[in-house]
Amino acid sequence: MKVLVTVKRVIDPYVKVRVKSDGTGVETANVKMAMNPFCEIAVEQAVRMKEAGIVSEIVAVSIGTLQSQETLRTAMAMGADRGILVEVAGEVQPLAVAKLVKAIVDKEQPKLVIMGKQAIDDDSNQAGQMTAALLGWPQAAFTSAITVNGDTADVTREIDGGLEKLTIKLPAVVTTDLRLNEPRYVTLPNIMKAKKKPLEVLKPEALGVDVVPRLKTIKVEEPAKRSAGVKVADVQELVAKLKNEARVI
Amino acid sequence: MSILVIAEHDGKLLKPGTTNTVTAAVKIGGDITVLVAGHQCADAAQVAAKIAGVGKVLLADSPLYAGGAAENLTALLQTIAGQYTHILASATGYGKNFMPRLSALLDVQQISDISAVVSADTFVRPIYAGNAMATVQSADKIKVITVRATGFDAAAEGGSATVENLAAGPDTGLATFNGQELSKSDRPELTAARIIVSGGRGMGSGENFKLLEALADKLGAAVGASRAAVDSGYVPNDYQVGQTGKIVAPELYIAVGISGAIQHLAGMKDSKVIIAINKDPEAPIFAVADYWLVEDLFKAVPELTQQI
Repeated sequence: MKVLVTVKRVIDPYVKVRVKSDGTGVETANVKMAMNPFCEIAVEQAVRMKEAGIVSEIVAVSIGTLQSQETLRTAMAMGADRGILVEVAGEVQPLAVAKLVKAIVDKEQPKLVIMGKQAIDDDSNQAGQMTAALLGWPQAAFTSAITVNGDTADVTREIDGGLEKLTIKLPAVVTTDLRLNEPRYVTLPNIMKAKKKPLEVLKPEALGVDVVPRLKTIKVEEPAKRSAGVKVADVQELVAKLKNEARVI
Repeated sequence: MSILVIAEHDGKLLKPGTTNTVTAAVKIGGDITVLVAGHQCADAAQVAAKIAGVGKVLLADSPLYAGGAAENLTALLQTIAGQYTHILASATGYGKNFMPRLSALLDVQQISDISAVVSADTFVRPIYAGNAMATVQSADKIKVITVRATGFDAAAEGGSATVENLAAGPDTGLATFNGQELSKSDRPELTAARIIVSGGRGMGSGENFKLLEALADKLGAAVGASRAAVDSGYVPNDYQVGQTGKIVAPELYIAVGISGAIQHLAGMKDSKVIIAINKDPEAPIFAVADYWLVEDLFKAVPELTQQI
């Protein structure tokens, strides 16, 4: 079966972001970028399913500026067969992402779409569930295990109290949680091979999707800072501070 | 304005977060209806009716909603959504699962994880793991919103809303619920606890979490963990505090053997008092701690348990 995975280019999760002084957003110039970690898990899952003989073709999709081609090349170095970039210059909010992914799904007809549960930049946690809604497909959000059995899949989802088991009909949308797998490192030979894989660039208009943001960002600010703390010498001093100063125990 | 709050519950009681979501609805202002959807959940509807500020409770009690799977729940919500200006749920694993699906069915852009209400159409939400706060305005006809519980106080009791039955919606037949494996614990839930004791990679093993459990039991605290500890298999996934795990803000957060990765700080830095115990004097967790102790946790934690 064919699988479609989505990958987003984001600020590297280990970089401390800085809010722009004019309050319009965060600084992205000269900042290290990377594939969103949950998207890496999505690609890894598709590649493992291909290695297991369940999946025949993996199509990686990204939405963003032309630089997102790098992210698609990384997905292809991990094992995706080809890439599709929907080139958009500005902000694309989750509803528009879902509409674009749906449009590509309509063309590509995959049996499974695997997406990251959340992008670590806008922290929305929406696009996968929205894509499932627009397609009228079942969804398995926050998945930590998946087994495909013909026309259904057994999935385990991470929920607040533990784990939940579902059987979903295929085609379906799955979003990845951290425990689904540990993504591989890309190797140099695979990076070289990925450069030769096909990469198509589309515009949203070609897919008939309006990507104008629905939410208007009024301002972006630094969060409230915590006041500086103190170092204590030993457990005795710590207990004294908690009892007499903080009064929390 | 007319606001629908979707309750999270276990059939008998409401989950922590639902009453905070009602407070967010009160701040928006308008008539507040709470929907309790599930299977055999009439008791939870009675609890919801007693929340101050709630005008009406809708009870959708059907096997279709057992486990809260998103497909059937959103099919039901779609039939009543047009009556409301705002639809709210907690930004927990429950709310995060079905609210975006509802939002897309209504062709509106959801506003995730709000921590403050500026006006009926403008809200504050954290982005980049809480390292920036965005103020966003929605022009959509229905505002679909998930609410960060730590941003709002829990609503008090004192209401006497009427409970009305809501007929079940269609069965989409898309997903079959096969049960849950819930962690069993006598300790308080992480998101409701007054005190949390959390362990990180420094704990070294799941067995060593017993040290934290002893401390937690003495304090009446919940036990949490960093992503590193969960990924290493020391404790189950539902212990995880962080950007993509649980967001907590207890009176006291005790971080033990946690270095303080950005994504962990995102889940706990709004705690009232933070203490950190780590043998590494350079641990980033110290930057957010009110009190920190540079010491081997295997020496410090038993001492702390004894002296408290």
